[in-house]
Amino acid sequence: MSQALLYDATLCIGCKACEEACATENGLPYDPAVAKLEQTSSTKYTAVLTHSDTFMRKLCMNCEDPTCASVCPVGALEKTALGPVTYDADKCMGCRYCMVACPFGVPKYEWNKLLPRVRKCDMCSKRVAAGKSTACTEICPTGATKFGERDALIREARQRIEQEPGKYVNHIYGLEEVGGTSVLLLSAVPFATFNYPDYHDQALPLLTYRVLARVPDVVVLGSVLLGGIWWITQRRVEVAALEGPTPSVEKKEKEGGTSHDH
Amino acid sequence: MTIDWRRLRPGHVLTAAIFAAGLYATVLRFSGGLGASTNLSDQFPWGLWIGFDVLCGVMLAAGGFTLMAAVHIFNAKRFRPIVRPALLTAFLGYLLVVFALLFDLGRPDRIWHPLIMWNPRSVMFEVGWCVTLYTTVLALEFAPVVFERLRLERPQRWLHMVSLPLVILGVILSTLHQSSLGSLYLIVPDKLHPLWYSPFLPVFFFISALAVGMAMTIFESSMSARHLGHHLELPLLRDLGRILTVFLAVYAVLRVQDLYHRGAWPLALRWGYESALFWLEMGMGLALPLLLLFLPRVRQSANGLYLVSVLVVAGFMTNRLNVAVTGMEASAGVRYIPKWTEVAITLSIVAAGVWAFALATRHLRIFQEEPPEAVRPPLAAQAHAAD
Repeated sequence: MSQALLYDATLCIGCKACEEACATENGLPYDPAVAKLEQTSSTKYTAVLTHSDTFMRKLCMNCEDPTCASVCPVGALEKTALGPVTYDADKCMGCRYCMVACPFGVPKYEWNKLLPRVRKCDMCSKRVAAGKSTACTEICPTGATKFGERDALIREARQRIEQEPGKYVNHIYGLEEVGGTSVLLLSAVPFATFNYPDYHDQALPLLTYRVLARVPDVVVLGSVLLGGIWWITQRRVEVAALEGPTPSVEKKEKEGGTSHDH
Repeated sequence: MTIDWRRLRPGHVLTAAIFAAGLYATVLRFSGGLGASTNLSDQFPWGLWIGFDVLCGVMLAAGGFTLMAAVHIFNAKRFRPIVRPALLTAFLGYLLVVFALLFDLGRPDRIWHPLIMWNPRSVMFEVGWCVTLYTTVLALEFAPVVFERLRLERPQRWLHMVSLPLVILGVILSTLHQSSLGSLYLIVPDKLHPLWYSPFLPVFFFISALAVGMAMTIFESSMSARHLGHHLELPLLRDLGRILTVFLAVYAVLRVQDLYHRGAWPLALRWGYESALFWLEMGMGLALPLLLLFLPRVRQSANGLYLVSVLVVAGFMTNRLNVAVTGMEASAGVRYIPKWTEVAITLSIVAAGVWAFALATRHLRIFQEEPPEAVRPPLAAQAHAAD
């Protein structure tokens, strides 16, 4: 059921209609000056990057197991069953751990506001929930950005590469990167050209979860261990007191050193 | 007396200047937002306030749980005279960490959100809970000192009944969040420089917190002896120095091994920005202190131990800043240098801590030992034994 986007850079003509549709959908300003900026920001959730005659889109990858959602201490970021990774501004306390953790550098912050929010593409979660496609897909004149079920889009991407192997880099970016993403990319040039990092297929949240999973052990074993040590040290004092104060024992006890009964 | 008075004046002027700058910076922070008051950016979202105020602040407060454990669980009663200063440092430290967070959070009015909006998969969530609970534990552990002053005997008796569970809880909470501050960075394997990124970050953060806890106790005992005129418990400081040596040695071995197994040593040997700061951290916090502690003349003298403690504290502060700032710069593609406002607020918080510490020692029984059991005579005996 999970929905996704497939962006085929070889079909993109760099018209940036997706940028404008995104801005309109999210109530953000858009003019030629904004169009010129080849990076996302707190007021621009998607950007079309240009490298000689090739293009590439930058937007939230809406990861399958999102790092941002795993690190958020208040659960403001959430992976929905439909695919989009949503953000609840009413929960966010502004710790910005999501920005530090995101492997794609997606979340942006409203640094100059007094009540700042994290800003990012959320794959038009409201439209998707209403059964529509994303604004960027709807406007795209060449079909470079396509919306659909993730499994179907993966099949289609594979087909396109198989049919024209010379046209594409033999790689569907987002198929496996950091555990897979809901945005899939096809390109004629290596993805590194557009600063898409070369990630392995393991989802990052596991890295911290492995450690967090030990918290209950630390609490239980720690309590028992510390309580046990306390019991032994107390017992030594009691035994020493009971056996009567021989001068040597008393002196040792007061020093807090080892007592006689070990 | 007159000499003391003259000596104190520049200090007062400096403190006043820091507080004035901090106050103005606070106005800028809360009238113009983070953008106007910091050099943070989308590329570099965490800076001095996280790297120093939070990471270093929590680390510097580690003397509280280590000494509480030593005295009340391991029954090392000889450390009693220095438990209270360590506890006071810890309590003030955590209060200031929480206070500093109010500056760094984009929505400080929502600092309580993690308590009701749960996400157990988040390290930050765990740190938030641990710091909240541990600050409460510290308040309860420190409360008897205040009750004693106010002659409130009944609450003192109540607290005494739960003192052991409180100590155990405090040690566990500290173990968890001291290490978790390192775990925060486990999620950025591709962003944090390999000289610092390691799967053992939580272990390193915890062991270094133990070491710094010892060093801070030596440091504040020495400082208090110098500036507040308290009796210096030299034999105790020597014992702390011995424990410090063990913690530092364990840390050094683990760190060296970890760098070796991850193949990161060549990076340390290649001259550059990161490796220079790496060697500063390793030299100041590990190599030099260990070398000095192996010299009997140094580890037995008050001045020697004081020097070692300063080096260890400074070295591991460099370590925390390297993890939070230096190691994150290359992947971010920007250099981060804190804005004056960030520095002013951080310095004000440090100054507030020092001032509160001095104030507390003047009005509460901090440097006196808890119950007046005989500790002095055996201590003197022990000093001879140590020599």
